[in-house]
Amino acid sequence: MYPIVEKKVLSENVKLLKINAPMVAKKALPGQFIILRIDEKGERIPLTIADSDPKKGTVSIIFLEVGKTTRQLGQLNVGDSLENFAGPLGMPSEVKKYGTVVCVGGGVGIAPLFPIVKALKEAGNRVISILGAKTADLLLLEKEIHTFSDEFYIATDDGSKGHKGFVSDVLQQVIEKHKVDMVMSIGPIIMMKVVSNLTKKYNIKTLVSLNPIMVDGTGMCGGCRVSVDGKTKFACVDGPEFDGHKVDYDNLMLRNRRFVHAEGEACKLAGVS
Amino acid sequence: MSIRRTKPEMPEQSPRERIKNFQEVPFGYGKEIAILEANRCLQCKNKPCMKGCPVEIDIPGFVACIAKGDFEKAAEVIRAKNNLPAITGRVCPYEKQCEGECTLKKLGEPLGIGRLERFIADFERVKGAKIPKKPDSTGKHIAVVGAGPAGLTCAGDLARMGHAVTVFEALHDPGGVLMYGIPEFRLPKEIVKSEVNYVKSLGVEIIYDIVVGKTITVPELMDKYDAVFIGTGAGLPKWLNVPGENLDGVYSANEFLTRVNMMKAYRFPEYDTPVKVGKTVVTFGAGNVAMDCARTALRLKAEKSYIFYRRTDAEMPAREEEVEHARQEGVIFKLLTAPIRFIGDEKGILKEVEYLKMELGEPDESGRRRPVPIPGSEEKLAIDTALVAIGQSPNPLIPQTMKELKIGKHGNIITDEEGRTSVPKIFAGGDIATGAATVILAMGAGKRAARAIDSFLKKKT
Repeated sequence: MYPIVEKKVLSENVKLLKINAPMVAKKALPGQFIILRIDEKGERIPLTIADSDPKKGTVSIIFLEVGKTTRQLGQLNVGDSLENFAGPLGMPSEVKKYGTVVCVGGGVGIAPLFPIVKALKEAGNRVISILGAKTADLLLLEKEIHTFSDEFYIATDDGSKGHKGFVSDVLQQVIEKHKVDMVMSIGPIIMMKVVSNLTKKYNIKTLVSLNPIMVDGTGMCGGCRVSVDGKTKFACVDGPEFDGHKVDYDNLMLRNRRFVHAEGEACKLAGVS
Repeated sequence: MSIRRTKPEMPEQSPRERIKNFQEVPFGYGKEIAILEANRCLQCKNKPCMKGCPVEIDIPGFVACIAKGDFEKAAEVIRAKNNLPAITGRVCPYEKQCEGECTLKKLGEPLGIGRLERFIADFERVKGAKIPKKPDSTGKHIAVVGAGPAGLTCAGDLARMGHAVTVFEALHDPGGVLMYGIPEFRLPKEIVKSEVNYVKSLGVEIIYDIVVGKTITVPELMDKYDAVFIGTGAGLPKWLNVPGENLDGVYSANEFLTRVNMMKAYRFPEYDTPVKVGKTVVTFGAGNVAMDCARTALRLKAEKSYIFYRRTDAEMPAREEEVEHARQEGVIFKLLTAPIRFIGDEKGILKEVEYLKMELGEPDESGRRRPVPIPGSEEKLAIDTALVAIGQSPNPLIPQTMKELKIGKHGNIITDEEGRTSVPKIFAGGDIATGAATVILAMGAGKRAARAIDSFLKKKT
């Protein structure tokens, strides 16, 4: 069992849980994820690691309440425990000195971006961060990411903070002003697609972190397969980060909708819809 | 008295009933039938049946006990060699092993050794298994990676030799393929749990949620333990590599079976994990896993469940019993048929498969005649779900993170007959070494490796 030692409500539907999982905490690197199961009847879901503390033995996860499992997770409190918490899974981010890197995070994707921003900064890069959300109150980890960034921008759909519009608008301006060596982008699939299309024009190396449906997370089921450069890759063992210019985003969007109907049914029955 | 030439039928659920539920198909022998069948054994002096048993069970020995009605003693004889008899008594390909060597085959049907093993294991489970006396501790501690058939067998045998054993399992349940792969109606999960409990009662510790290679590495295990056994199986699904394989509606057999068996999607929404089946399902492949998929689809209310196989009946790798059960339940076999592409609708949801008819050509390197496409024989079938069950490759997680380990061209860990790898302290066995094979062969490998580990540790001190 893996006890919850801290809980924070970051916005209406976004929560942070700090889980006591010493073996995972010891090994976790930026870019990796965990698979958890709340209880014996629960589903196994992957969540990217938002932070970890090897000394205290804790791992933080930040999640948007979208389906039955994440909503149930959001209702848990300090003192409750998770039945399973396995990881760290996937390949870590390739953290090295690139020069100038732009980190683009959208929505709940900002959470897994945070450890990567931190690590890229510590590796001696000039880090420019661009965070996007629908509205200002949905922005996550603003202060934390700002602290590790040389330049920091915000874009909101409604203009309640920063640029009114998309992160890609800001990215375009940044690219026009600076020589950018690498772009790291985590967020909604459509955002990563737009970002990648933009950077492709400028021929800037771009990494994206994908979060497809998974079952085991160890390479066994192939449910998380994505098409990268026309080849089938498993996000759980080959990823979750891939060359943003080579990912088939449309297929990924479609595969992530595979169980939408069942999810709705499960939410309704559980009274969490 | 003349010898009966056939083994008694095992009572089972009727096909019409059983496709509506996930309960086990055969009920097993009762006491009288078991004794009757055991008395058919010729007690051959040279024990040919034992040559066919990878875990070396004294078959005539336990059969003789049943013939006398001493079921407890029969259980002891089996347990002396086999930690998981309720499992092997259900899923072994007996016809190719013990029963394949039985002298009675010259007169008619071989002795029902598998059914007798199952009878004893079930008798023992109801009564409670006798735990053998623990030997003195050797002070050695072995790490076993993977709680599947190879790992559990190796762990159990090592514990019986007096070693401390810790098993590291990546998933949340023990059993490996016994839990995620083989369906409830063929191997009830309560039975797997009960056999795992027996192994634990021998002193074996199992820790879950540990993905070796990620949560802890093999070199770290080598520092902490006196030896390491790797039994991580053949987890990686193989694909058909035809267009449209990533459409919504195409599953690997592993994903489909894991959702249904381990995650219990057949009890959705009581359990949270869903699975989608639809009306028409096609399974590609003709091994045991393919039969499991096709039969599972029927139980999930598919109206039509097809097996597409590019060769013929004679080449199907599944056990006879599985094919027969599938046929009885109404699975439709389309042989000499190979898919060329999957076609989706405008939303990317699978709606058709296009396939070619094949004919058999010259034998290939496996000795089986190679299927050759018949030009112009393209046809299409409207389907909702495709299940790809054409085999698995060894799981790459450990080989990827342990460069010193010698790997074969199929991604398997190279070992000798006894499970020794290229690294002295590391042993391996089961599908990770051989590529996808059977439960019993993995158990045999686990058993031999346990002996090799024991002699390695004795030499060291």
